[in-house]
Amino acid sequence: MSHPTRDELNARAVAKLAEIGDAGASLKPKERMAIPSQDMPAQDPDVRRNNTSEVATGYTEAQALLEAQRCLRCKNQPCVQGCPVAINIRDFVTAIADGDFQSAVNTIKQTSLLPAICGRVCPQETQCQAECTLGKSLKDPMQSVAIGRLERFVADWERERGTISVPEVKPATGKKVGVIGSGPAGLVVAADVRREGHEVTVFEAFHKFGGVMLYGIPEFRLPKEIVRREVETLKAMGVNLVPNFVVGRTRKLMDLLEKDGFDALFVGTGAGLPNFMNIEGENLVGVFSANEYLTRANLMRAYEKGRAATPIAHSRKVAVLGGGNVAMDAARTALRLGAEEVHLIYRRTEKEMPARVEEVEHAKEEGVQFHMLQNAKRILGDEHGLVTSIECLRYELGEPDASGRRRPVEVKGSEFEFEVDTVIVAIGNTSNPLIKQTTPGLETTKWGTLVADDNGQTTIPRVFAGGDIVLGAATVILAMGQGRRAAASINQLLAGE
Amino acid sequence: MMAQTPTILEKRQLSENVFCLRVSAPLIARERKAGQFILLSIDGEFGERIPLTIADADAEAGSITLIFQRVGMTTAKLASLNVGDTLAVLVGPLGQPTHIENVGTVVCVGGGIGVAPLYPIVQALKAAGNYVVTIIGARNKELMILEDEMRAQSDELIVCTDDGSYGRKALVTQPLKEVCERAEKPALAVAIGPPIMMKFCAETTRPYAVHTVVSLNTIMVDGTGMCGGCRVTVGGESKFVCVDGPEFDGHQVDFDGMMKRLQAYRNQERQAMTDHENHACNLDQAYRAATETK
Ligand SMILES: Cc1cc2nc3c(=O)[nH]c(=O)nc-3n(C[C@H](O)[C@H](O)[C@H](O)COP(=O)(O)OP(=O)(O)OC[C@H]3O[C@@H](n4cnc5c(N)ncnc54)[C@H](O)[C@@H]3O)c2cc1C
Ligand code: FES
Repeated sequence: MSHPTRDELNARAVAKLAEIGDAGASLKPKERMAIPSQDMPAQDPDVRRNNTSEVATGYTEAQALLEAQRCLRCKNQPCVQGCPVAINIRDFVTAIADGDFQSAVNTIKQTSLLPAICGRVCPQETQCQAECTLGKSLKDPMQSVAIGRLERFVADWERERGTISVPEVKPATGKKVGVIGSGPAGLVVAADVRREGHEVTVFEAFHKFGGVMLYGIPEFRLPKEIVRREVETLKAMGVNLVPNFVVGRTRKLMDLLEKDGFDALFVGTGAGLPNFMNIEGENLVGVFSANEYLTRANLMRAYEKGRAATPIAHSRKVAVLGGGNVAMDAARTALRLGAEEVHLIYRRTEKEMPARVEEVEHAKEEGVQFHMLQNAKRILGDEHGLVTSIECLRYELGEPDASGRRRPVEVKGSEFEFEVDTVIVAIGNTSNPLIKQTTPGLETTKWGTLVADDNGQTTIPRVFAGGDIVLGAATVILAMGQGRRAAASINQLLAGE
Repeated sequence: MMAQTPTILEKRQLSENVFCLRVSAPLIARERKAGQFILLSIDGEFGERIPLTIADADAEAGSITLIFQRVGMTTAKLASLNVGDTLAVLVGPLGQPTHIENVGTVVCVGGGIGVAPLYPIVQALKAAGNYVVTIIGARNKELMILEDEMRAQSDELIVCTDDGSYGRKALVTQPLKEVCERAEKPALAVAIGPPIMMKFCAETTRPYAVHTVVSLNTIMVDGTGMCGGCRVTVGGESKFVCVDGPEFDGHQVDFDGMMKRLQAYRNQERQAMTDHENHACNLDQAYRAATETK
């Protein structure tokens, strides 16, 4: 598959824009619908599978201006309903069409604090873009206005110009708030609470801040520099950042509240417990959870061979089990670490895969081999305990289950085996029980997630929670949305005292 | 509340390859209990994170004591640090503390550098009122550590070496068997050392049905339950050593599986160390490598 280059895409957009000329603001819906949707420029697949730089290189200005002209400016704004944090999408897209990028960013930032990140990692095709009137009219959701790409464009524009301003912090209130975990949920709570003038301390178990955005999602999809900039902004606001601090172990949650003088706490510890399949051979050498594999690659930089001390298996043939973003990231990371073959094994069909469509496409272009309607039955090893092959079963789709998805059922006797030396298990995460175990009175659901109401209030007064620890493994945008609501509750609680 | 940079306050060399560091870590010193460990990394950017059991702590002075054997790349670097040097990462105390109770007579077995993590457990068991029989072993006299400290905390101390250069010439499993055969059979055994030693200690106590606790030292990445890299099979189920352990029922642990996993990483590290001479990387060493966490 050969793609037009960034220059080619840009030249086409420039030509089309010239054609439109000054008529942009007065285009008729029909004319807007006729503007071709703008492809995302990307590194060539054969090049990028050998580097860790970002795959999608972002719209050019002309592409952004043109794509924004495709928006039909609907009165009822169905896209906004599709957005978990209700970004004022029509207004920011219109501002882009008008060339007023700063106003577009400002509009987004009224509701979303991490546009450069969400523009890259949100599953837009199941959120805002699923509701887009344009996509519906063209009978193809992939033809919707590329809202996420536009969001990314203006966020990058602002960052690259260096015009990101540090939010103003109100005079000190003398109140202290602790934030546990530095994923998207924790980071937005820190920002929103600090703005009100409260003293904020973020406790993070790892030695770097950013949560899954740092050690899970790879560089080629979300450059770490972007996450680092968000953390720098918090520092500039006067937030205390404490690394290497495991709440529950280094200090108990209740001690922070009762002995260390914190007036409120936010728990944003994520969904950090990897699920395994509980099949034979899962503890063989060469079987990793995606969390371990990606953490070694991202945080400990296993990909910088020669410099990284944390070793990672040098894999030739890799099987990745799962069909979500995590599975795609693991598969594509394996390619970049030098694997010759990467096989992605998923129980259902591609249609059911929860991964972002763009990641699935990118993975295929890079050479990840997809095996749908298959599942691992056992992993086989040699006398040293090293993985040698995997045995799979074929599946077919049966009756729809409660969720409406057709349930995969195994085809009896369809076992087959193929050679691999590495197996990466990416079948989801459950909540880390550490805080719950060390905090009597903090209640969890039967899935192990923390019980919290719409305001993020847990079963212990002054303790709030949000993000994956409440939702189970979810998304950056939902974590951010919950963080913002919890921050509002914390600010309200402290204002009343 | 700000965690200060952990700094080396004191350094001692206990034997040719065994070092003892006292490091400033007030928050960890305050919270730690017997049986818990820390993760450290010397270089926060590219460094490997290794677990080491907390051998001792002084809450007042705000320091913890770590004893480790120079076996791999990270421990070699650690051994080359001096008083005043800092660690990029020091996080803990991690893992479940040892369950300490007065059960009557306990036998505590430490092999090689495993004597170090055993020490706080002996201390705690003694303080709880147990009659403590301690067995410590090493390959030779030169490798014996903490003998005086152990003697001070134990009701009986049995010292043995593989080559007979000091104490009894025996593997620790021999005196362990004898203790199990005594009239007042111990109610509990605690064995810490190389995996192969713990495996044989568990086999020794099994026929006497003496509950045997072992402390496992797997590879770790985060130490908080996030990666699963530390998993071992215990009683047919996968357990995460960093959060479910580090201590487990020795009669339930799949030691062979665990040793294979350790071995695999050691093989890779061997490659990483090709320019780090000075390391005899034979199989025996690799097994002992596991004890670097102790
Ligand atoms: C590989 C991968 C790819 C993904 N891709 C996407 C994507 O494309 N789009 C998308 O929207 N979402 C994606 N997600 C999901 C998304 O990253 C998460 O939903 C989101 O990061 C959750 O945010 P959070 O703030 O709740 O927690 P996290 O980001 O998980 O952060 C929690 C933080 O808390 C710390 N912590 C945990 N316990 C403690 C403790 N006891 N004390 C102190 N600190 C603690 C952790 O170290 C961590 O840094 C992906 C996830 C993974 C793993
Ligand atoms: S070290 Fe990662 S789960 Fe135990």
